[in-house]
Amino acid sequence: MSDIATRPAPNLFANPLVKAGLIVAAVVAALVIGIRLDSSNTLYAIFVDPFQQMVQAPDLLVQTVWEGLVSGVLYALIALGFVLIFKASGVFNFAQGIMVVFAALTLVGLYEKGVPAFLAVILTLGVMFALAVTIERVVLRPLVNQPDIILFMATFGITYFLIGFGESLFGGNPKQMIAEQLYLPKGAVDLQILGGLVSLQKIDIAAAVIASLMIAALAAFFQYTRIGRALRAVADSHKAALSVGISLNQIWVIVWFTAGIVALITGIMWGARSDVSFALEIVALKALPVLILGGFTSIPGAIVGGLIIGIGEKLGEFYWGPLIGGGIESWLAYFIALGFLLFRPQGLFGDKIIERI
Amino acid sequence: MLYREAGQYKSSYASDMAVFPLKEDRIGIAVILAIALVAIPFLGSDFFIASVMIPFLIFSLAAIGLNILTGYTGLISLGTAAFMGVGAYSCYKLTTLFPGVNIIVLILLSGLFSAGIGVLFGLPSLRIKGFYLAVATLAAQFFLQWAFVRVPWLFNYNASGAIEVPQRTLFDIPLTGAAATPETRYFVCLGLVVVLTWFASNIVHGKLGRSWMAVRDMDIAAELMGIKLLNAKLMAFAVSSYFCGVAGAMMIFLWYGGGEAADVFSIRLSFNILFMVIIGGLGSLIGSFFGAAFLSILPTALKFGLPALGIPIQGAAAEHVTFMLVGALIITFLIVEPHGLARLWQIGKQKLRTWPFPY
Repeated sequence: MSDIATRPAPNLFANPLVKAGLIVAAVVAALVIGIRLDSSNTLYAIFVDPFQQMVQAPDLLVQTVWEGLVSGVLYALIALGFVLIFKASGVFNFAQGIMVVFAALTLVGLYEKGVPAFLAVILTLGVMFALAVTIERVVLRPLVNQPDIILFMATFGITYFLIGFGESLFGGNPKQMIAEQLYLPKGAVDLQILGGLVSLQKIDIAAAVIASLMIAALAAFFQYTRIGRALRAVADSHKAALSVGISLNQIWVIVWFTAGIVALITGIMWGARSDVSFALEIVALKALPVLILGGFTSIPGAIVGGLIIGIGEKLGEFYWGPLIGGGIESWLAYFIALGFLLFRPQGLFGDKIIERI
Repeated sequence: MLYREAGQYKSSYASDMAVFPLKEDRIGIAVILAIALVAIPFLGSDFFIASVMIPFLIFSLAAIGLNILTGYTGLISLGTAAFMGVGAYSCYKLTTLFPGVNIIVLILLSGLFSAGIGVLFGLPSLRIKGFYLAVATLAAQFFLQWAFVRVPWLFNYNASGAIEVPQRTLFDIPLTGAAATPETRYFVCLGLVVVLTWFASNIVHGKLGRSWMAVRDMDIAAELMGIKLLNAKLMAFAVSSYFCGVAGAMMIFLWYGGGEAADVFSIRLSFNILFMVIIGGLGSLIGSFFGAAFLSILPTALKFGLPALGIPIQGAAAEHVTFMLVGALIITFLIVEPHGLARLWQIGKQKLRTWPFPY
């Protein structure tokens, strides 16, 4: 039936490159004309001045990008926990943020009880494992085959429970992370770059290194181990995985435990930069645009998304924030993600959404 | 025996399409309205009316609003609180600009502004689906919350940075402000909620509601059947935001009486209303009331009920236990009845229908 007459006429706009080029050209033309006609310098302040600042003070630009990079790494770590669970069980785990707080609080709490630092880490891992088993038994198993939104809500229940539980165990006060006892570096390195001083916190460097190591380890775990292969199988299809004899319950415990480990590392890193408190929970919401940008099912997506959001929001806050009163960091991330989504509704690296009737 | 449709014949289209086709249902709703109108104001204490009934009514309205969007049209929204905030702030601006106009009219009008903002943030829903849509509504939530703090025009350049509720009267009875009694505010809330619920019920049973449900069940199929997705989805956002906006205006003007609104309309409130909708039952108006009752009364009940039962906790510890219990109850409810309290209600009615001979 592919008669030439039934085919649509070739559309110039169908080619995405041509389309993008035309849009960019139109925007540039509009800007040039607009700036010519602009009397109150608003357009100048938005479209020219920030870039001039970037060129004139490249050291500030490097500093801002670095800060964005570091917060991006931490967003990516939280998003990674989400992605692991979403891939393996299709659950959108809202509790990841509180798991980060809970892991960090357990670690600090155990240390305050007099447990040596590294033993405390191991014990915390034990606690996270127990948590994973409990969640699987109590929440996930009875809710098998329910719609996504119900499972999503159930993780809200877990969040509430963990907030109450954590606060009654450890109290609501912010705590100091035991960074020194875990041999995490302190202080800053000053670098002479591009005619200015750029100050890098050592803990940030450590965070970036540890995050990269962990991501590499996770990739290797997924790629080369038996369990990793089983996890990938479950992610592809629950039914097919079951039919070849993979135990879903076991896999879920493993996945939630892995997410717990990721949560602990995120908690240590985040806690070492500021302090451990329940305010961290709000950071979990920042992971949502990261996830959406990268696609729910893609680990590289979580990392790239985290970096884009982190750098984007720091640059936006630093160069454009003052124009409209500052504090735009709280919502800029969502708008960046929204902008990307309008062009790729499944995220940058997400699986293509195929709809059938 | 008590609750049967047997013998009740419908002889006209109007009676067939009635919202309450059964006589028993009509009696039931009359009894509930009588309790709400007579028994509660006369028997309830000021405390009960001000901190249990008024929040319950306002949350019910907001939950109905979100239910229209999430339950009937299947679009997830995490920005409910922000849309409520738009209602509250536009009501404040309106009553400053037009101090002579009755506050109830202004509360109803302020929902329109909320509807407009809702449509604006609903535009991405045409392209983005499912959890991905949550980010669009989260953008609304955080952007509007930021605007409530950073745009001083919204709160009339007050030094406090918050809405200061002025005193407004109807027939010389103060409705808002410090002089308004809880009973008056309760009656205003009740009237608005009853009327708007009736509207909502008619909308969801009508053509628009049916097209929403078709979109929810499968939007491509709905489109093939001739439903315009653009209209249906944007109308859902508009109507939902209208209800939320009115609820937000009521919240500030009839319940809080001012206060740091940016704190009130936070993401936590959005989540709370989403819980109410899901625990109450997605796609059910009566479920919105159940959910609101459950989640707005439960913390208060736990706060005052546990010490009364002899469990000696207070202050921060009580709050933590409340959190834990709410979390555990959410999970329990989802496991026991994932379709919400509305489904339990239906099952109960079905049982009653066959009682006492269930075979």
